[in-house]
Amino acid sequence: MAIGITSAHGGALAFKPGYADNAADALRDLRPGSETTDFELEHHHDAAGTAQLGFWVYLMSDCLLFAGLFATYSVLHARTAGGPAPQGLFNLPYVLTETAFLLVSSFTCGLATLAMGRRSRGATLGWLAVTFLLGLTFVGMEVHEFAHMVADGAGPDRSAFLSSFFTLVATHGLHVTCGLIWMGIMMVLVVKKGFTPSTESRLACLSLFWHFLDIIWVGVFSLVYLFGVS
Amino acid sequence: MSVANDAFVGRAPHGAIHPAEQGSGHGAHGTRKSYISGFLLAIALTVVPFGLVMTHSSVGTPLIITVFALAQIGVHIVYFLHVRPEEQSWNLMALIFTAIVVCIILGGSVWIMHNLYLNMMPGMMQAPLG
Repeated sequence: MAIGITSAHGGALAFKPGYADNAADALRDLRPGSETTDFELEHHHDAAGTAQLGFWVYLMSDCLLFAGLFATYSVLHARTAGGPAPQGLFNLPYVLTETAFLLVSSFTCGLATLAMGRRSRGATLGWLAVTFLLGLTFVGMEVHEFAHMVADGAGPDRSAFLSSFFTLVATHGLHVTCGLIWMGIMMVLVVKKGFTPSTESRLACLSLFWHFLDIIWVGVFSLVYLFGVS
Repeated sequence: MSVANDAFVGRAPHGAIHPAEQGSGHGAHGTRKSYISGFLLAIALTVVPFGLVMTHSSVGTPLIITVFALAQIGVHIVYFLHVRPEEQSWNLMALIFTAIVVCIILGGSVWIMHNLYLNMMPGMMQAPLG
């Protein structure tokens, strides 16, 4: 069908930017047989690109969810109802350690993606395992911090400030936990199936997710912890 | 035959992108160098505001925290997520749209709720505005 359009209009219509699929079809028919595989590869590349764009749109909508929680915290941060205030509550060296674990894990996740690009299964699994352990340490430290606060009478039911604090920080922590589960599944998939187009596409999405969580954490430590203590 | 030639001319811009992507070792995944420079920048942009607050230096701290946070978010987007301003893409469009909406949600909420607070009757709120 595409070739019909091409002949009738002297090759002009099919090659408008919006007609990429028609152009690809027309070219497959026009070029020698050996080129077909090239197009199949490219089609694959496009499918992975579409998956990543879709995942990107999810990340952006998740960003709006966090924007709502950040806005809630910004409005309520001074409503301590006579309870503990941020100054006496937050331990900055502890938060800096948490931040370091998450930032290094973001870097090692990038190294895992690079190892995947080199088709090195061992290096990919190794860096994913390092990322997993660093992320697990981050979640562990956060749970420990929360347990400490609740034990000190600064639980989410104490004041509007603490309700919004726990909602914002725990939502981020829940995302990191989901990322850890996803990462565990991906490690099993890489061991069992190796690098198939679908595992590669999923790993690329996982790495986007993990870097995105680090960006949200930059907002959390700046707005909640640094602004709270300063 | 002339149709075929047209076809290849029409395809040239897209065809030119593909080898370049391969050459840089998976353009979508970045390079080791870009990850290392992004990592170092992120460390610097984290340590400076933490150091300022922990040493209790109070000279323009809120402004510095905000600027460093925004700078670090930019570093993460360019070096880790590989969204580059010079490449027109749907990712970038979605990102710009999201950034605008986030600004409206954050700025609008704080603005409206602050005004509401100022217009409250005295005694309706227990805690003073911090």
